[in-house]
Amino acid sequence: MSEAAARTIRKPRPKYLSLPALLFEIRLPLPGWVSILHRISGALLFFALVWLLWMLDLSLASEAGFERVQRYAALVPVKLALLVLAWAYCHHFCAGIRHLFLDLDKGTDLGPARLTSGLVLAASIALVATLGWALW
Amino acid sequence: MVRRVVTGAHYGLRDWLAQRITAVVMAVYSVIMVFVLLTGKPIAYGVWRDLFSQGWMRVATLLFAASLAWHAWVGVRNILMDYIKPDGLRLSLQVGTLLVLGAYLGWAIQILWR
Repeated sequence: MSEAAARTIRKPRPKYLSLPALLFEIRLPLPGWVSILHRISGALLFFALVWLLWMLDLSLASEAGFERVQRYAALVPVKLALLVLAWAYCHHFCAGIRHLFLDLDKGTDLGPARLTSGLVLAASIALVATLGWALW
Repeated sequence: MVRRVVTGAHYGLRDWLAQRITAVVMAVYSVIMVFVLLTGKPIAYGVWRDLFSQGWMRVATLLFAASLAWHAWVGVRNILMDYIKPDGLRLSLQVGTLLVLGAYLGWAIQILWR
């Protein structure tokens, strides 16, 4: 390849990751989505720990406390928040199991990696739908 | 020569392995818990209290809570190492995370053995 030809196909480097670029320009592949959602769901669960512990504490303290938690959890915003946390737990669970297989060098090729990413996203939605249906 | 940073990783396998082992402990507990809750009687206060008054349940839940604390520590520390660049701020947040997780674990023990 001539010097001139090499120059015409060279992309501008370095490329800076501005917020608009992150939001609109760079499109994550499916495994990338599973990965970043694994992190986001983990962080979400960490921040929710205090709330969940508070509910566990109250629900086991007395019958009145248990009923208070029941009424509280029936409120629509609370229910929605709990559903989001249930999704976070299911996603973190499924993505974690996929990660364990990746650790063992299973499913690291592009095809299987994409397939299992889709499976993780679908399975966590299906799990949270089933759990939500069973609990409410 | 690797530049050793006090707020960095331990340059070893320990936390990596701990994160995976604690994950498996929590996964097993979760599956058992879902099975117990969905196949047992409808959850009224008595059922709920009796479930958590059994010795095996308390110990299993304690193992779950301890695994959660350790697992969350490794995960949160990874996030802090990725995004928080100033050493002082990162160390403060890491210490804060440890203290909070330690407090949660103490709280969980209090809830279980009341």
